[in-house]
Amino acid sequence: MQIIVCIKQVPETTQVKINPETNTLIREGVESIINPFDMYAIEEAVRLKEKFGGKATVITMGPPQAEAALKEAISMGIDEAILLSDRAFAGSDTWATSYTLSCAIKKISKFDVILCGKQASDGDTAQVGPGIAAHLNLPQVTYVKKIEEVKDAKMRVERLMEEGFEIIEIPLPGLLTVVKEINEPRIPSLKGMMRAKQAKITTWTANDLQANPDYIGLKGSPTQVVKIFTPPPRQGGQIFHGDTQETVEKVAGLLKDVIIG
Amino acid sequence: MDYLLTEEQKMIRDLAHKIAEEKIRPVAAKYDQSEEYPWDVIKVIAASDLFGLFIPEEYGGLGTNVLNLCLATEEFSRACGGIAVCYAASALGTFPIVLFGNDAQKKKYLPDLAKGKKVAAFAITEPEAGSDASAIKTVGKKEGKHYVLNGLKHFITNGGDAETYVVIAMTDKTKGARGASAFILEKGMPGFTFGKKEEKFGIRASSTRELVFTDCKVPEENLLAREGMGFIVTMKTLDMSRPGVAAQALGIAQGALELAVKYAKERQQFGKSISTFQGIQWMLADMATEVEAARALVYATARMVDAGIKDVAKASAMAKMYASDVAMKVAVDALQIFGGYGYMRDYPIEKYVRDAKITQIYEGTNQIQRNIIALQLIKEMAR
Repeated sequence: MQIIVCIKQVPETTQVKINPETNTLIREGVESIINPFDMYAIEEAVRLKEKFGGKATVITMGPPQAEAALKEAISMGIDEAILLSDRAFAGSDTWATSYTLSCAIKKISKFDVILCGKQASDGDTAQVGPGIAAHLNLPQVTYVKKIEEVKDAKMRVERLMEEGFEIIEIPLPGLLTVVKEINEPRIPSLKGMMRAKQAKITTWTANDLQANPDYIGLKGSPTQVVKIFTPPPRQGGQIFHGDTQETVEKVAGLLKDVIIG
Repeated sequence: MDYLLTEEQKMIRDLAHKIAEEKIRPVAAKYDQSEEYPWDVIKVIAASDLFGLFIPEEYGGLGTNVLNLCLATEEFSRACGGIAVCYAASALGTFPIVLFGNDAQKKKYLPDLAKGKKVAAFAITEPEAGSDASAIKTVGKKEGKHYVLNGLKHFITNGGDAETYVVIAMTDKTKGARGASAFILEKGMPGFTFGKKEEKFGIRASSTRELVFTDCKVPEENLLAREGMGFIVTMKTLDMSRPGVAAQALGIAQGALELAVKYAKERQQFGKSISTFQGIQWMLADMATEVEAARALVYATARMVDAGIKDVAKASAMAKMYASDVAMKVAVDALQIFGGYGYMRDYPIEKYVRDAKITQIYEGTNQIQRNIIALQLIKEMAR
């Protein structure tokens, strides 16, 4: 089985500080980690490989320091790592990011399944996984909490809903985004860590990917972050006491004024 | 302090640290309470390859050294001295095979121990033979192709949960100290049973049991080295493993110190953090310095062992004695800093005091360690 995992290196912090002038995260002095949801994707990829044989490859788009994230994935049992790094990728929104990743996946060409974490802890959009599937015209299932069966080029998976779960059959090749209920990521073994230390990471640039320069980086990003701010706390609201019939009529009247005007 | 560890040593330390924080610390109180053997933690350590640190590569290990074993033991002990001793005592039971086993014995027993699939135990102590190890009464009588063992060992760490045991028995009473031999036994051998599991003051996650031998037939291939080598096997094994016990004590001391500093910062009395009081600061300064001095002794001794220096007995004894005395003192002082809360089992510090105490007693009481140091010192002076 050929498995591809897409991961992101993110700042380790539950207390994100935002620079109000540039609208970007203040990353200085903050350690970098693998996006937590991606850890579950890596673990699931290694488990699939242990069960079915084959190869697992991890890809990330990021600056050179993202190599550390790729090495950590290798220490957990991933076979090969590819870093997509190029100045031209800077400023990418989720559309440009998923385009860039899909170019790399096209270059790898042979794969059965792509695994992604549900969402990144810094952006929180949950869009890149589905974006990759869209660019590659692949079937996708998001919020996968369990891979039940893999047979005859199909996967049967459980998809987590707010209440309960769906069971979905997805033809392969396909893409899954996974949630934390799917597994417990392993602690790397010492041998794994030593292998990661020796591992050579392949780096691909925009040129290597033959990416369309209009579709990558800031240029290829239809959305732009204009402002990030903490919303002011919600004000009290109004509580109506009294007879149900009367109060309901009062609230209905007020709503009518607000909505219809 | 920077001990100028190599990349590999830092990797091992960081991996052990991660396991300690993510897998050991969260369950330490649970196992202390239930006194069950922490198999799920053992499985995690096994998967990390850390059981194989000092086992040669050709037998499935990583072929590294005693210092690495100390680094791992120290990190585990910071989180729980009881769970850490399950790991360290397995090393104690494995060293005799690594040091004295023939190829067949190593091939048979080391791979599973390296993978952490099985754990080991070392058995010399008996009810009437503690510090006076030469007073052991367990006998092994050669009969045909077997040695028949009869006797009783007690206070054996990992007893009952280990699969592989190294047992010291008298094979020739007439020869005194040269009359003991070391045997490899397996759990399940007919005539080898377990007595009661001890209820302990501390290190309650670890299992401590009696081993009972009733006409237990041990194949002659399971004799380690030669007849009469029993106490040599014991002494050489303890020389290798003593830094490990010292590392366990060191880890307990470090863990207690960290809890004390953290608590002192958070605790407010008289309108300020108690960490601003000079009395508390002086206690913490003394504790931290003692822990660092113990660490320097332990690492230096481990490095000596790894360098193959023959004359390690004095250093080994100093490291074990000092680190364990420091562990007890620092844990008690840390509890004092916690004040009333420290006395409550809801808070983690009292366990460190209970876990520290045994490190002053086992693997040679600190009184025996002092004997070793003094005798060696005097011997050196006489030259």
